[in-house]
Amino acid sequence: MSLLRSIASEFQKVFTTRMWWLLALLLVGYVLVLAGGFGAFLGWAVRNPDAAAATGGNTGVPPGTELAPLIYTFASSIGYVFPVLLGALAVTGEFRHRTLTPTFLAEPHRSIVLGGKFVTQLVVGAGLGVAAFATSVGSGAAALAAFDFDTGLDQGDTWALIGRGVLAMALWGGIGVGLGALVPNQVAAIVIVIAFTQFVEPILRLAASFSDVTASIGRFLPGAASDALVGASFYSIMSTGSSSSLDWWQGGLVLLGIAVVATVIGGATTWRRDVT
Amino acid sequence: MAGGIPIMIEGLTKQFGPVTAVDDLSFTVEPGRVTGFLGPNGAGKTTTLRVLLGLVRATAGTATFGGTPYHDLPRPLETVGTALEATFHPGRTARHHLKVYATAAGLPAARVQQVLEMVGIAEFADRRVGGYSLGMRQRLSLAYTLIGDPGVFVLDEPINGLDPEGIKWIRGFLQALAREGRTVLVSSHLLSEVQQSVDDVVIISKGRLIKSGTLSSLELEAAPRTIVDSPDREKLSEALDEAGLAYTEGRGGFIVDEHDPGVVGRAAFLGGVELSALHRLKSGLEESFLTLVGGGEE
Repeated sequence: MSLLRSIASEFQKVFTTRMWWLLALLLVGYVLVLAGGFGAFLGWAVRNPDAAAATGGNTGVPPGTELAPLIYTFASSIGYVFPVLLGALAVTGEFRHRTLTPTFLAEPHRSIVLGGKFVTQLVVGAGLGVAAFATSVGSGAAALAAFDFDTGLDQGDTWALIGRGVLAMALWGGIGVGLGALVPNQVAAIVIVIAFTQFVEPILRLAASFSDVTASIGRFLPGAASDALVGASFYSIMSTGSSSSLDWWQGGLVLLGIAVVATVIGGATTWRRDVT
Repeated sequence: MAGGIPIMIEGLTKQFGPVTAVDDLSFTVEPGRVTGFLGPNGAGKTTTLRVLLGLVRATAGTATFGGTPYHDLPRPLETVGTALEATFHPGRTARHHLKVYATAAGLPAARVQQVLEMVGIAEFADRRVGGYSLGMRQRLSLAYTLIGDPGVFVLDEPINGLDPEGIKWIRGFLQALAREGRTVLVSSHLLSEVQQSVDDVVIISKGRLIKSGTLSSLELEAAPRTIVDSPDREKLSEALDEAGLAYTEGRGGFIVDEHDPGVVGRAAFLGGVELSALHRLKSGLEESFLTLVGGGEE
């Protein structure tokens, strides 16, 4: 009962400040530019290989690659940073604005509060996922159709991929809550999110792909697991090709595991501290 | 309204690393009375209150509401109303701030509007709290204490930052709560700030209990000081010299230390001096408070 109340309260917290729609707007804009832009560029480059080569542009797309899944999954392969941020802010904001005091006065059982945040951010992450995929599919399909490519929207596989992408975005929301509970300093948490997702992990994934041993470890990196769950991505084409990624359900379990373990450890440490 | 239940602090100790913030503190706060929780800054008042409310873990001892720790209260906001240092998300409106916690505690949303009106900020309720003045934030803190209509109130420095009108309002407010049989604990670092509204006092210094009792028992301990004046000050000073009373000259007349108005009046009567003023100095209470608190430093 109190968990349901806590979830309802956490939803109100998310939607009574401006952060959620600012991040949603940025996410949609980012995905719109990349999915629409790459859709148009790749469509043009594949249709005009000579012109593309003349401009020095190398599409990097192996022949026979289906463009549609690649472009649609921009929603999660670049957008996953947004649910992580929102999830982390839901926790670190309570420390930063010192609202843990009224929060714990209304619900003194701290694990219920954290559980409420976790569930809430899974749902909010899924919501961001729906917005991101609506954007990537909308703009990507328009661009592909303009160059007479198959949009794949009549295939069940495409919709299954979109569904797994929304699930991945939800799980990233949970990972954000775990990160916030582990690193309650808001600035530090944001720096970690940006640095890890934009620099550290892409480099690690590229480096890991050079040998079979490291590749088998690298596929457990959260971004790699996320791509495995969704099923296709820009990164998996960029990496040197050894197709050693996890099965989609394994990728999902890795993400869920990271989210749960981080939240439980954070809940047993920083979340239990004195609120002064 | 839930009935008032006593606040019981028993052998409470809290250490932050090497610092002992609260040291074997015991006292009880009774329902139906306003109790002032007094001590200088850093005496351990806020730490004691945060332990009582389950926000800080005690090193030893207990702090309960009639034997039940805050954490185990089945409906905490309907049992205890708390205003600690005002903390809000600056981007959220007052109405949403209250709604978020009413939801968490399972209280009806209609209660939000009621308490906003009770503390007089209903017309600003849809503005973001970031733009609020200190006084408005204090009122919003009080609205949060009222939302569950509890029987116990724990207020940390609620008078800080209020304008004179607000101070008058909160004094009446506290007295009204106590008259309804509720338990009211109000902390302050200034006795003068709360002496017009409290019935009992608990005084601590350096984390230790200095005194706990009624306000009038503290008054009795205060060394008397009397102010006396006459149209003929020269004659008055002769009469005081005659009676062997030490005095200093102040703006409103002579200040006689260590003696109450009876002794001074008798000296004037014997000297045949007409008096224009003769009363006990109010500041005696504050001084006895400072003496008590200062004694704790040794």
